[in-house]
Amino acid sequence: MFAFILRRILQAFLVMFVISVIGFAIKHNVGDPVRQITGISVSVAEREALRDELGLNDPVYIQFGRFLQSAVHGDLGTSFFYKKPATQVILSKAPATIELVLVSAIIIVVLSVPLGIFAAIRPKHIFSRVVMGASIVGVSIPVFLTAIMGIYLFSIQLGWLPSFGRGATVNLLGWHTGFLTMDGWLHLILPSLALSSIMLPLFIRLIRSEMMEVLETEYIKYAWAKGLNKYRIWFVHAFKNTLLPVITVGGVQLGITIAFTILTETVFQWQGLGFLFMEAVERSDTSLLVAYLMFVGLVMVLVNTVVDIIYGMVNPTVRIMGAK
Amino acid sequence: MKRFVLLCIGLVCILAVAGGVQAKTMKLAMDADPVSLDPQVQLSGGMLQYSHMVFDPLIRWTQDMKFEPRLATSWERLDPTTVRFHLRKGITFHSGNPFTAKDVVWTVDRLKRSQDFKGLFDPFVGAKAVGKHTVDVITKKPYPLLLNMATYIFPMDSEFYTGTDEKGKSKDAIVKTGYSFANTHESGTGKYTITQRQQGVRVVFEEYENYWDTKSPGNIDKIVLTPIKKDATRVAALLSGDVDFIMPVPPQDYARISRTDGIKLVTLPGSRIITFQLNQKRRPEFQNRKVRQAIVHAVNNEGIADKIMKGKATAAGQQAPEGYLGYVQELTPRYDLEKAKELMAEAGYAAGFECSMIAPNNRYVNDEKIAEAVVSMLGKIGITVNLKTMPKAQYWDQFDAQVADIQMIGWHPDTEDSANYTEFLLMCPNKETGYGQYNSGNYCNPKVDELIMKCQSETDRAKRAEMLKEVERILYSDAAFVPLHWQHLSWAGKENLRIKPIVNVMNFPYFGDLVME
Repeated sequence: MFAFILRRILQAFLVMFVISVIGFAIKHNVGDPVRQITGISVSVAEREALRDELGLNDPVYIQFGRFLQSAVHGDLGTSFFYKKPATQVILSKAPATIELVLVSAIIIVVLSVPLGIFAAIRPKHIFSRVVMGASIVGVSIPVFLTAIMGIYLFSIQLGWLPSFGRGATVNLLGWHTGFLTMDGWLHLILPSLALSSIMLPLFIRLIRSEMMEVLETEYIKYAWAKGLNKYRIWFVHAFKNTLLPVITVGGVQLGITIAFTILTETVFQWQGLGFLFMEAVERSDTSLLVAYLMFVGLVMVLVNTVVDIIYGMVNPTVRIMGAK
Repeated sequence: MKRFVLLCIGLVCILAVAGGVQAKTMKLAMDADPVSLDPQVQLSGGMLQYSHMVFDPLIRWTQDMKFEPRLATSWERLDPTTVRFHLRKGITFHSGNPFTAKDVVWTVDRLKRSQDFKGLFDPFVGAKAVGKHTVDVITKKPYPLLLNMATYIFPMDSEFYTGTDEKGKSKDAIVKTGYSFANTHESGTGKYTITQRQQGVRVVFEEYENYWDTKSPGNIDKIVLTPIKKDATRVAALLSGDVDFIMPVPPQDYARISRTDGIKLVTLPGSRIITFQLNQKRRPEFQNRKVRQAIVHAVNNEGIADKIMKGKATAAGQQAPEGYLGYVQELTPRYDLEKAKELMAEAGYAAGFECSMIAPNNRYVNDEKIAEAVVSMLGKIGITVNLKTMPKAQYWDQFDAQVADIQMIGWHPDTEDSANYTEFLLMCPNKETGYGQYNSGNYCNPKVDELIMKCQSETDRAKRAEMLKEVERILYSDAAFVPLHWQHLSWAGKENLRIKPIVNVMNFPYFGDLVME
């Protein structure tokens, strides 16, 4: 077990290194940060001096070496725009994204499980058909369009919900949360619905098809033959086995969710990591950009490592294969 | 009796609360928030807008391009190189320090050190205090734009910014990319002080209790600024009533906003000219004046202003708009397709040729659409153009490298003066002097250079105007560049805001004077 975990951690380091290389490779193509922090009439010489001062004129491998050296010490550089350490900027924006993703995840779970099960048990029911039809539409509409339609309908036409931002937040030991105020919750509704609009139909369809497959298996037929209560068969015997592949897919979807937060947060001016990333690209805030990639990479690597370790614990065959 | 006293106290409390409710708060949404609290760290529209809220200039522009006294009450020219400013008395900075001539001297010294401002303040020797409330601003040579530049002198609290902070760093340091005292602390004389700031999220401006300009009609006590980057979201925030005032307003929503009850749109003709430069070094065809004239005649810029810009742009035939010293009435747009074809034939290019073009896609209003329209217009006279558009983050490097034959650039003069356009866009490019820094057309006419150089030290307004007009005429007949239009500026807000009196062509709304009914 120890060897397995050690191997995973070493692999994680390798992945982080690769991410940093990629981050550095694209950094030089997003634009010149010096342009963004100087007025247009500033002379070429003045800009060159600033570039020298920031070390942007050094060869790429020297810049990369410098970056790695400080990254090992936990310093991912200073954001040109925020004029603060990049890690500090990222950590201050993380709560917004975590809360958004959390609420969307809850919406997805709470809605997709019952709807998916119902559609599997009663595939010909009119409600199932409506749900399946709607899920096709949901998957096909891009998330920013859902978001803009939501704003148009609920903020502009009806005036029920706020159109942008996080609303009032409460500082809880440095974590700015919107969970503790009514205003914060009102601001959460539209963005979290928009973000879940992509994953929700996917999960409904996934649960439905997995469940239908399970319902056809021998042990379910046997359970029917035994004369078990139908609810016990559906929710205990069948649903449990449906969940395994769903959880696997759910883990993989984390990366896609991060990508969709970029779109959702931009439309709603939601001050989280996705928004930060978009802004960093537009402002050529390259040091922040690389730090963001490292941070997201780290999150993904951590999640996957934990998942793999748990897998190893649950399913010993993985561990044995890993030890070879 | 005790009960009566309690009742009275209660009533006073209620009245106080009621009075507090009347305090006027305005929620403002802009496309970005100030990048720093240091007014000298970056020369940009956003930073100048901020400076006008928290600081005050010596003098400022009015809507009709005249000077209005602010911290200076009056001024007089002592000799060709010196202007004496008499400062307003009894003003205090937000820190409580009194405002005197030494603050002006200190501020000008610091401007000369600022990377972004030192170019503009290069003609200046500096400022010299001649009394507690009198200061002389001195230039190296006679300088006609001294007063224009005085609108950029926002006196900073020299005492507040002197010394070292708790990190042991000098408080007056100008740092673009990291921590500095001035980036996070302010002490100006302006109407508002910053009471809360979460960069990129929200800035709260509250009225400074000892603000000097008590005659101003402005009655907003608190401004909450939220940056909203996306156009559609910014407009939605106004339409849904989440904010009171937005700037800028995307042209595609002008009609919508004008139609909506309770919201109004205010526009003003601006001075940012949008142009194309024809690179004579890359394309020998563009060295031929007839070809350049043909291109100018082929571009229907009135059509662009009308259709693509929805009438919120003024088609241009020259660089400077009306009201500028160098504006020449008769230099009008000259779209004439037949003439353009004739000129091409005369130049020997009746069959046309192929060339490349680049334009940004998020820098100017509708920049990409404008470029596409021009491509199809040039197609009509046989010039096949391969267009590439890109975000502004990548654009300027490509522009500087002159990767294409035709390149788009828009320009607004920091000096609010005609000569500035030519200095940057059309003087012979010269790395030593820095003139022609953005002249990617490589147009070079010694006569133009000579006239502009003369203008720089000509303090006689009439003579200077004559020379600037001469320059515009030469550029017109040479077809030195392809003029498109001057972008209009736009603001929108709730009906109860009197927006019109506080806006100007520089796009620095004077929020201190804003009235909310």
